[in-house]
Amino acid sequence: MAPVITTDKLTKRFGQFIAANALTFEVGKGEIFGFLGANGAGKTTAMRMLCGLSTPSSGKATVAGFDVYTQTEKIKQNIGYMSQKFSLYDDLTVAENIRFYAGIYGMSIPAIRTKTNQLLQELQLEKEAKTLVKALPLGWKQKLAFSVAIVHDPDIVFLDEPTGGVDPVTRRQFWDLIYAASDKGVTVFVTTHYMDEAEYCNRVSIMVDGVIAALDSPASLKQQWGANSMEDVFYELARNAKRKAD
Amino acid sequence: MRQLLTFIRKEFLHVFRDRKTLLMLFGLPIAQIVLFGFALSNEIKNSRIAVVDYSKDATTTRLISRIAASSYFDIQRSLAGAGQLQAAFKKGDIKMAVIFPASFGDNLQHTGKATMQVIADASDPNQATTITNYLSQIVTDYNTELAKDAGQPMQINPETQMLYNPELRGAPNFVPGVMALVLMLVCTMMTSVAIVKEKELGTMEILLVSPFKPVYIIISKLAPNLLISVLNLIVILVLSWLFLDLPVKGSLLLLITCSILFILTSLSIGLLLSINAQTQQAAMMGSLMGMLLPTMLLTGFLFPIENMPLALQILSNLVPSRWYFIIVKRVMLKGLGITAVWREMLILTGMCLLLFTISLRKFKIRLQ
Repeated sequence: MAPVITTDKLTKRFGQFIAANALTFEVGKGEIFGFLGANGAGKTTAMRMLCGLSTPSSGKATVAGFDVYTQTEKIKQNIGYMSQKFSLYDDLTVAENIRFYAGIYGMSIPAIRTKTNQLLQELQLEKEAKTLVKALPLGWKQKLAFSVAIVHDPDIVFLDEPTGGVDPVTRRQFWDLIYAASDKGVTVFVTTHYMDEAEYCNRVSIMVDGVIAALDSPASLKQQWGANSMEDVFYELARNAKRKAD
Repeated sequence: MRQLLTFIRKEFLHVFRDRKTLLMLFGLPIAQIVLFGFALSNEIKNSRIAVVDYSKDATTTRLISRIAASSYFDIQRSLAGAGQLQAAFKKGDIKMAVIFPASFGDNLQHTGKATMQVIADASDPNQATTITNYLSQIVTDYNTELAKDAGQPMQINPETQMLYNPELRGAPNFVPGVMALVLMLVCTMMTSVAIVKEKELGTMEILLVSPFKPVYIIISKLAPNLLISVLNLIVILVLSWLFLDLPVKGSLLLLITCSILFILTSLSIGLLLSINAQTQQAAMMGSLMGMLLPTMLLTGFLFPIENMPLALQILSNLVPSRWYFIIVKRVMLKGLGITAVWREMLILTGMCLLLFTISLRKFKIRLQ
């Protein structure tokens, strides 16, 4: 598996405070990589560095083969991002949202049209194409948000706690979308609070106090810690944390 | 470029789908013009005035009783000396004073001409103009009557003096004031709210992660607001021309150029506010408190700046609307050309560039 994300002692300091300390890991193509940690553990900081939003203090990292210090614009072309707020425009219709996000990635007008139709079909939202997003149920918004995050066929998609506030059934359906994307070769980098979701990942890293405390497949992690579930593994690691959640 | 157009299109959709706000944006200038228009034409009754009569002859007594009989005036007291007048004006007890000099009766009898003194409190210029006009009317009528009785022309001249605001700044000045106020509010508030909204929605993160350039975000946000402001401007100009009889005397092109300059300055302020505000409410409050009050108070259209304490006068130089107000007055009301306003234009340009550069830089820093 060729790595699409590599980091080597990636560190971010804010004054005396080390938000992310010497992170070293690789994520392979098409992999679903779970990025876990309590609030304030440094997940967001790490993700922001990988997305080119924040310059690292030291260490190395490449995303989609591009350097996080010098090639952030190239990185931005090749990644997608979905935030925990689902980030759609409420006062635009479903189709307009898709067209807008495709448009800002510089896709051509025919490509946008094809892609819009294809997405509407996949999401079974054809009848809702002209519905304002605010009228959609939460679960649909979530699926739509994920679809627009990968509308430009990026190599990697970053999902920042994408399943907050939705019920377990909808969450399961959402993971079907993630698997479908992964099958097409899209690498999925996902942060989450839900430990049942951690089980769905190919590999999981758990951050505690700015460092990666554990990194392996869910099965091996459970074995190593002699735990029945990821919940127990996470609890074992996180209870020793010194930092307070922010 | 196509990316930019996509974004601008989206911004227009936001604006036109929000009917309530749109209604408010266009309702605001209309309401202001109507309100101020009524305030201007409204007649004023029972104004408290003082009369000082040093002449004490038959003519002055008759004229005073005329004034007293009018429903416009309410003679508070007949003061013995002029010394008490100033105190009465300062306390706001009287709005106008009428003084007949000791030589009044003699002059009128011997030369057929006499001068009476009229002093009005012009800190409210509209009221001062109105009541002095009422008085002149009474005096003119009285002149005609006197002439008929005497069989020769008789002329009493009211010599009017405006206290506190001798140039009567403010009378037709509300239109430039409303223009400054409305444009400033609309631009600042709309821009700051539009950007903060993206932050609240979380869409800003997505935009920042996308290859879309931050400066494009700013341009797209400004585009619809610029259009709305120019439309607003046209509405105000047409209304004041049709209903208030205030056409643009100078060059329309110059007025619109200066207005766009002012609009861009206001948009930049909105941008700056949005970078620091975290919620739409905060942005709204910031625009209202930070912009509405200084614009109302320090622009010079409600209160003459010349009469303010020095510290406020200096502070008012920092308020962009003050300069715009001067430009509009000169171009629209006095019909002056670019030679009369280039200094103010230069100041506005400087402010605009400075604010835009700061906000652009801050916007980028936030991405780090």
